[in-house]
Amino acid sequence: MSTLATALPAQLTTEENAVLAPEIRRIYHSAAFARLRSRRGSLAYRLAALMCAIYYGFILAIAFAPQWLAIKLDGVITLGIPLGLGVIASAIILTGIYVSRANREFDALSAEALRSARS
Amino acid sequence: MIAALARRYAGRAGLGIAGLLVTSPLFAAALEGQAQKQPLNVTAIVMFFAFVTMTLGITYWAAKRTRSRSDFYTAGGGITGFQNGLAIAGDYMSAASFLGISALVFGSGFDGLIYSIGFLVGWPVIMFLIAERLRNLGKFTFADVASYRLQQRPIRVLSASGTLVTVAFYLIAQMVGAGQLIKLLFGLDYNIAVIIVGVLMIVYVTFGGMLATTWVQIIKAVLLLGGASFMAFMVMAKVGFSFDSLFESAVSAHKDGEAIMAPGKFVKDPISAVSLGIALMFGTAGLPHILMRFFTVKDAVEARKSVLFATGFIGYFYILTFIIGFGAIVLVGTNALYLDGAGLRGGSNMAAVHLAHAVGGDMFLGFISAVAFATILAVVAGLTLSGAAAVSHDVYSNVIKRGKAKEADEIRVSKLATVALGILAIGLGIAFEKQNVAFMVGLAFAIAASANFPIILLSMMWKGLTTRGAVLGGGLGLVSAVTLTVLSPAVWVKVLGHAEAIFPYDAPALFSMTLAFIGCWIGSITDGSESAHKESLLFTEQLVRSETGYGASTAASH
Repeated sequence: MSTLATALPAQLTTEENAVLAPEIRRIYHSAAFARLRSRRGSLAYRLAALMCAIYYGFILAIAFAPQWLAIKLDGVITLGIPLGLGVIASAIILTGIYVSRANREFDALSAEALRSARS
Repeated sequence: MIAALARRYAGRAGLGIAGLLVTSPLFAAALEGQAQKQPLNVTAIVMFFAFVTMTLGITYWAAKRTRSRSDFYTAGGGITGFQNGLAIAGDYMSAASFLGISALVFGSGFDGLIYSIGFLVGWPVIMFLIAERLRNLGKFTFADVASYRLQQRPIRVLSASGTLVTVAFYLIAQMVGAGQLIKLLFGLDYNIAVIIVGVLMIVYVTFGGMLATTWVQIIKAVLLLGGASFMAFMVMAKVGFSFDSLFESAVSAHKDGEAIMAPGKFVKDPISAVSLGIALMFGTAGLPHILMRFFTVKDAVEARKSVLFATGFIGYFYILTFIIGFGAIVLVGTNALYLDGAGLRGGSNMAAVHLAHAVGGDMFLGFISAVAFATILAVVAGLTLSGAAAVSHDVYSNVIKRGKAKEADEIRVSKLATVALGILAIGLGIAFEKQNVAFMVGLAFAIAASANFPIILLSMMWKGLTTRGAVLGGGLGLVSAVTLTVLSPAVWVKVLGHAEAIFPYDAPALFSMTLAFIGCWIGSITDGSESAHKESLLFTEQLVRSETGYGASTAASH
């Protein structure tokens, strides 16, 4: 991931550069924009993949191993109950993780990238 | 081969898989049979009129503040993230979720949780992939985003079709649900309910636009969350705030005993389960009335907050319905007052309603009944507004007038479209009274996932997407989702009365969404046209704007 985080933006062809307004071109080539894209992108894709893994893992467990979810933990409570509620909690927690990183880091990077439009 | 599969799954899965497709067992149960008309419930009617009076007051207030096009479609971009989060949660916490999921928990325990989870997990995905970009690129409709660098007219026509078809199926299900509910909850006639919903919705939207629609939704969300919290609290109080004792009492009260604590009959076939999961997860990210909500906030930061609050409220609400369902097993399922020979009085969807009476008496029963009906009203208003925006902003302004329509004309068209959609909704609601519309909400989600979501995602993320690819993929997604649903057991067998389904699964999204992505890809990579080349050149600019909000439309001035 460290290579991704420091990766330079994909080089544009002469033609691609030519159609860009100067402000947009400056933002695109700024270091802040490259950092914003790679950091936000890698976080977003990893969290999305994690959410899908949790959810489809749960669905497949229901489809293929319901007896596993029926294992009793304490009294009548089965493994399925905390796992199911855990999926609900994970959706809220992952969303929260994204928001906190965005507030702490991405908004500043985005503002910095926008400032480079003016220089 | 397919027929053989269909036979196998029809035999194996039976009612369970049919129940899976529909977003709620409310529709599965209440809409398959006719709800029994109950005695007149005066408290509920009085409370509902109080809600209507208040919302009409808000509409009057909002109407004075709704002048420009941006006011009408997006409340001028002046809704805060917190308010929008509540409104989104309101759009999502339908009567179907509340009555349907608690009824499902009441009937089979753990299985109810499976539905709740499916509805929730789309939200993080919207947050990670769509919300901020959508706000940065769009103005009024998601077609603004999809057509950003592609050709306006074909993409607008495609997006408007996807929107209107999704809205139509969703509307029919809501209208029929309203009619059945009013028989159950108020003891009034089906047609009265459908007309009340249609007329009020037209009034909210035409006069108050998005501002009134949003506040109706917020008020309803607060009432529903408050009511459900009270019920869950009272349930927990009766069992000494111990989940152990709640579950133990439920297991000893329920006829299925310990089976209610584990996955039961609802998911037996992995393909249907995953296909439904895909429809719920990605369909949420393609529902036009939900996507439109992201344009009501001032910037991407507020859009992000909206999703966080919405996810929190929706998750909390589904945990409440779980407690309510188990509470109903203990407090309703054992009380002869709420039972008749066949089971629950009034049908299986009455679990939460009877529980409201059990924990809060007649007044609270009236309150919950009124809130359940208000819920449908609020959802229907949001749906209609997004449909009207597709007609006026996408079709009239950008396709017919090629972006040169006068603002006043566009507003007039959107109001006419609202009235037309309202009348259409009343007509369809009455026409479908005796039909089994259980498949329609599921179909709306499947179409949203197959026709709208791939276009929105790829137009923002994939430089290679061309107009031809988008039209091919989106068109394939739309047509295949509808066709596969018609050929599925839910429609081909249960509605059309054939002996065997041609397509064995009720949930088409796994296939139709895949087809849509393949269509987009093939249509794009084989597109060597000059316009395709120009579209790819515009991608860098779109990328910069979507990631940073450069030049994004801001809150309108008044």
